[in-house]
Amino acid sequence: MTKGRLVGLEGSFAIAEAVRMANVDVISAYPITPQTHIVERLAEMIADGVLDAEFICVESEHSAMSACVGASAAGARVFTCSASQGLELMHEVLYIPSSMRLPVVAVAANRALSAPLSVWCDHSDAMAIRDIGWIQVFAENNQQALDLQVCAYRTAEDKEVLFPAMVHIDGFYLSHVIEGVMLPDEEEVAHFIPDYRHPFVLDPENPVSMGCYGPPFIYPEAKKAQEVDFQSTKPKIQEIWNEFGETFGRYYLPVETYRMEDARSALLTMGSSGETAMLAVDELRREGKEVGLIRLRLWRPFPFKELREAVKDLELLVVLDRALSFGMGGPVCSEVKSALYDKRKDLNIVGFIAGLGGRDITIEAFKHMVDRARARVKAVEPGEEIEPEMIGVRE
Amino acid sequence: MGGEKKGWRELEIGCVVPEPGSAAVYKKGDWRSERPVRDNTKCIKCGICYIYCPDACIREDAEGYFETELYYCTGCGICAHECPRGVITMVEEEQEEE
Repeated sequence: MTKGRLVGLEGSFAIAEAVRMANVDVISAYPITPQTHIVERLAEMIADGVLDAEFICVESEHSAMSACVGASAAGARVFTCSASQGLELMHEVLYIPSSMRLPVVAVAANRALSAPLSVWCDHSDAMAIRDIGWIQVFAENNQQALDLQVCAYRTAEDKEVLFPAMVHIDGFYLSHVIEGVMLPDEEEVAHFIPDYRHPFVLDPENPVSMGCYGPPFIYPEAKKAQEVDFQSTKPKIQEIWNEFGETFGRYYLPVETYRMEDARSALLTMGSSGETAMLAVDELRREGKEVGLIRLRLWRPFPFKELREAVKDLELLVVLDRALSFGMGGPVCSEVKSALYDKRKDLNIVGFIAGLGGRDITIEAFKHMVDRARARVKAVEPGEEIEPEMIGVRE
Repeated sequence: MGGEKKGWRELEIGCVVPEPGSAAVYKKGDWRSERPVRDNTKCIKCGICYIYCPDACIREDAEGYFETELYYCTGCGICAHECPRGVITMVEEEQEEE
């Protein structure tokens, strides 16, 4: 049974509540739409004395992430959040905590990238940071935003993990929408995220060198160690999600499915559009079509095994991308194809790109994707490439 | 740096170097193609070479002259460029060996 006290919270405030309950030591952030409410709320909490943390005001997102790296190296529990251009401005620093194994925790309120200037949601910013080496998860609603944020601290700081973690919440769709959220008990959260101590901290009494120069004789070894350790975090992530489920009654999986029983076709989504897709699946089921839904909850490290298991009985997989990799198509579809290529060459995978720059993806749009995918599969010879397609675009 | 090179399993987490100040054993002098050679008869002991050296590898000797620690000197030539009295000449390492 799901535990907590039911309150109405927008996604930004749900994140702020999770950060407060995690009792962070240092917050450093620069405001950017649609992330602003998160930092405004946290600044209020500190001013009101309900959160005892240092808020470092900085001149840019590059500095925000740099301050988090420094604070985390000193052993502090830290938080930052950003979106779109801000996330891009901190891009080069994002690789530092993952390589130095500092458990920085951040939120991205996903937003399109310029130009044209857009403050609205898509996953362009998330896709631009696929390779930063952080644990990355996508929330579907405000409850998940809170829960996954709590789990992010516990996971990042686990001594078998020690990697930074980022929770993606769709800008506006989650960040600015008020939903019913079960607010967990503070003490239970505190118990779930105990104090931690990094094996190496900045300490004048026990000096060490961090972030050293890595000449060719050591750099590949450093990267191999990082990749092996990062891949090995998967069982721990699941273990912590299971423990969260046992404590708070809400369970999460790297790959979550909906109405996949007897399904021959399925949609695949990330983020808030999964809820719209569920309604589309309900309607398709009522029409007698055996369609299910797969949602990628864990994006990095990529859940290869779980995805292969989820698609094992499928003939058609329809992948939604809320971002465009110019000259290549949809990045999620491309990764899904590559994850399944070795084992499932017979599966038809059809990618659609929709919802760019805040264009709504409706129930009808998902139903259209399924029909359109079937028609496209019929129109080609078996094994022939089906190019990704942008839909919902005026001619 | 010396000794056996470590395999990836032997590195500390995050490639932390638990021994502080280990850059001191890194022989940057290996990069050098030219070495600074001094003619102290022209030196006025102003210390400009000492101030400008980006590797901080110049030190003052007992008589107040300056000398370069070649273990660290990369041969960048900034000291020679900045010296107001032309004390320092950059000499190609190979030429000197001939």
